[in-house]
Amino acid sequence: MATTTIQAETKWWNGGRSPFNASYGKVMMWYFLMSDAFTFGAFLISYGTIRFSVNNWADPNHVFNAFPFAGHANLPLAFVSLMTFILIFSSVTMVLAVHEGHHMNKKGVEKYMLLTIIGGIAFLGCQAWEWTHLIAGHHDVLVNGQIEHWGTTVTKNPWGSEVMHNGTMVATPGPIAFGGYFFGITGFHGFHVLSGVVINIVMYIKTKLGHFDQRGHYEMIEKAGLYWHFVDLVWVFVFLCFYLI
Amino acid sequence: MSSEAISHGTQAHAMHDDHHDHHHHETFITKYVFSQDHKMIAKQFLVTGIIWAIIGGLFSVIFRLQLGYPESTFPWLEDFLGHWAQGGKLKPEFYYALVTMHGTILVFFVLTAGLSGTFANFLIPLQIGARDMASPLLNMLSYWFFFIASIIMFASLFVQTGPASGGWTIYPPLSALGEASSGSKIGMDLWLVSMAMFIVSSLLGGLNYITTILNMRTKGMSMTRMPLTMWGLFFTAVLGVLSFPVLLSGAILLLFDRNLGTSFYLSDIVVAGKILPNEGGSAILFQHLFWFLGHPEVYIILLPAMSMASEILSVNSRKPIFGYMAMVGSIFAITILAFLVWAHHMFVTGLNPFLGSFFVLLTLLIAVPSAIKVFNWLTTLWRGNIRFTPGMMFAIGFVSLFISGGLTGIFLGNSSLDIHLHDTYFVVAHFHIVMGVASFFGMFAGVYHWFPKMFGRYLNNTLAYIHFWVTIIGAYLIFWPMHYEGFAGMPRRYYDYSNWESFKMFGGLNEFISFVAMIVFAVQLLFVFNFFYSIFKGRKVKSQNPWGSNTLEWTTPINPGHGNWPGEIPEVHRWPYDYSKDGKDFIPQDVPVGEDESKH
Repeated sequence: MATTTIQAETKWWNGGRSPFNASYGKVMMWYFLMSDAFTFGAFLISYGTIRFSVNNWADPNHVFNAFPFAGHANLPLAFVSLMTFILIFSSVTMVLAVHEGHHMNKKGVEKYMLLTIIGGIAFLGCQAWEWTHLIAGHHDVLVNGQIEHWGTTVTKNPWGSEVMHNGTMVATPGPIAFGGYFFGITGFHGFHVLSGVVINIVMYIKTKLGHFDQRGHYEMIEKAGLYWHFVDLVWVFVFLCFYLI
Repeated sequence: MSSEAISHGTQAHAMHDDHHDHHHHETFITKYVFSQDHKMIAKQFLVTGIIWAIIGGLFSVIFRLQLGYPESTFPWLEDFLGHWAQGGKLKPEFYYALVTMHGTILVFFVLTAGLSGTFANFLIPLQIGARDMASPLLNMLSYWFFFIASIIMFASLFVQTGPASGGWTIYPPLSALGEASSGSKIGMDLWLVSMAMFIVSSLLGGLNYITTILNMRTKGMSMTRMPLTMWGLFFTAVLGVLSFPVLLSGAILLLFDRNLGTSFYLSDIVVAGKILPNEGGSAILFQHLFWFLGHPEVYIILLPAMSMASEILSVNSRKPIFGYMAMVGSIFAITILAFLVWAHHMFVTGLNPFLGSFFVLLTLLIAVPSAIKVFNWLTTLWRGNIRFTPGMMFAIGFVSLFISGGLTGIFLGNSSLDIHLHDTYFVVAHFHIVMGVASFFGMFAGVYHWFPKMFGRYLNNTLAYIHFWVTIIGAYLIFWPMHYEGFAGMPRRYYDYSNWESFKMFGGLNEFISFVAMIVFAVQLLFVFNFFYSIFKGRKVKSQNPWGSNTLEWTTPINPGHGNWPGEIPEVHRWPYDYSKDGKDFIPQDVPVGEDESKH
């Protein structure tokens, strides 16, 4: 967006101008993000309510200890740290894209938008792997005196408390809310990342076609950036609630 | 827009500029169907809302037949409802479906979309002096998402197992388990999907209303020079944007419970002797999520009605609104408090009484801004030069109903009294008067007052006065006796009270209520006739400002085109309530302040 010279005695709220010196699109995006924050807030508060009302919640260090191509190595939270790093790094490249947009540097915007898109897709790929690994897993669970092999799904949780069975410690079924909330909330977040990637791809194409150069400003990149940073910020909370606590 | 405004970089594209081509050729499709003109979108919302109101009202007449005449049969009902009314007697399952759909339709489709969709769209650009909404495209999408939601909800009326029937609050487990009742099957899924579409519509609309009011006010239109309608609609949009997403979360989790086997809301349930595998969930959690929307929703419905009543009362009393800043402060206070009182719907769920006492306190605090508003309306009327136009009659009716219904809220907001009154007809009476009928009166006031601006014609006054008197007397006759029934402990949502010794005595009263309800419904059809007849055949508006009003919408041509003002947008020099000032009847907002003019 073109920068505006701010006069000393401007009456911002007197009409005929935006009181925030921002276009309607940006104001709208901020209000949308506020609204979306309430959606995630409701999800996370529901999660907290249920999680702290049941016993034997799964220990994230046990559940999330796998890494692609690492076999059965016990690497607690290593993979999710990588995912988080990728997503946060894509926020950095987004900042750089917005920065290049301010300088009307089409090539720079293209480069950094592409990196941001790659970051987003990489994150989604990681999430797909993690989900697959959880769902397809085989864990011994003692059900009605029989050993069964369970993955983690929305209806099955093999991470309950352990009991002695035939001389070895075996897990019992844990609270099924675990899978529901984990897949529900990370899925909803993943859906946001996916929308963000689609938006970024559209922005990339529009940049490539020179639409923003014709328009004289790269504000659309800025708005897509606001959304992207929001999605990252939400991930920080999701990460905190599901992996760290 | 003046040339100096364009020099502000952000404004050049933030405001809709004069380059807007007002004369380009418009086809039927772009003018009436996929219109991006806020005035046409408003009319689309209004007409869709009217159709829904007829359907929702008709449902109430049908279930009132059952309540009023539980022993009679109505063979014509079978022709109309098929197997749902075999032998002319409504089936219990369908009775619940009708009650549920009546609530859903009137709360969401009529009094949310029909009310703010119509008046926020219509009035915001006209009263703040803008060519259109911030984003006409999103505005159009807002209507069409509402349309899709309407179609899905309408379709759910025709599925074999019937529409949702767990009450408009869709509490689980009734709503979460398909086997719980016939209405909990596909009808419930359609309900949830329809509401998701509705929430998208409300979000797109709300974002537009907020940004338009913040960003697009014409020169001189500072926030405190806005008519109170703008303040009301602004905070309505804020409420919607921040509370509907929580319902969305709740609905998504409910959809998962229904279709993916999760247990967010379910735990230890036995259906027909079979133990369900669900464990660990909480049905109370849903109630929290629902009422976090559900209570602000009350104000989403009320604030537009309140603020339109404020405007109409002032114009037709020929007096400035009393306590403008107090009104704005009250609207703001109500908005904040609306988010902090949801658990007063849940006093009997086993809520910790200590926590309950906080919710009692915050709930009763709402009485303060509400009372301030009532006093300001009354003092605005006080010694005014009152013109009893139909709009004015309905605005006064609104104040009356708001007082009557508001007072009973003080009873219900008290957690100990609520133990007795919860889920009785007292609650039904309370919310129908204060939020249902009162909001309808605000809406009618708005329609009668702004109809000349919408269609360039007047509504018929004789029909309007009949409509007013029958509706207000009827509303009191219907809902006043319900307080009495509620005090006596008569629970709501029962299909037939005649089997209870203690409620048998209300048989006559129930019959009376049903009888009045039918008359009131018939009179609403008279209004609908008046509305559609007057669009084409009503008396034409001859003057630009028929009510002698100060606000900017009356500075546009009688039939404003897309863009609203043919020339430049007028600049604003004063607040909108300069009535009976310095010997002048009224001084519109675009008239510059004279040198020797007194301060208001």
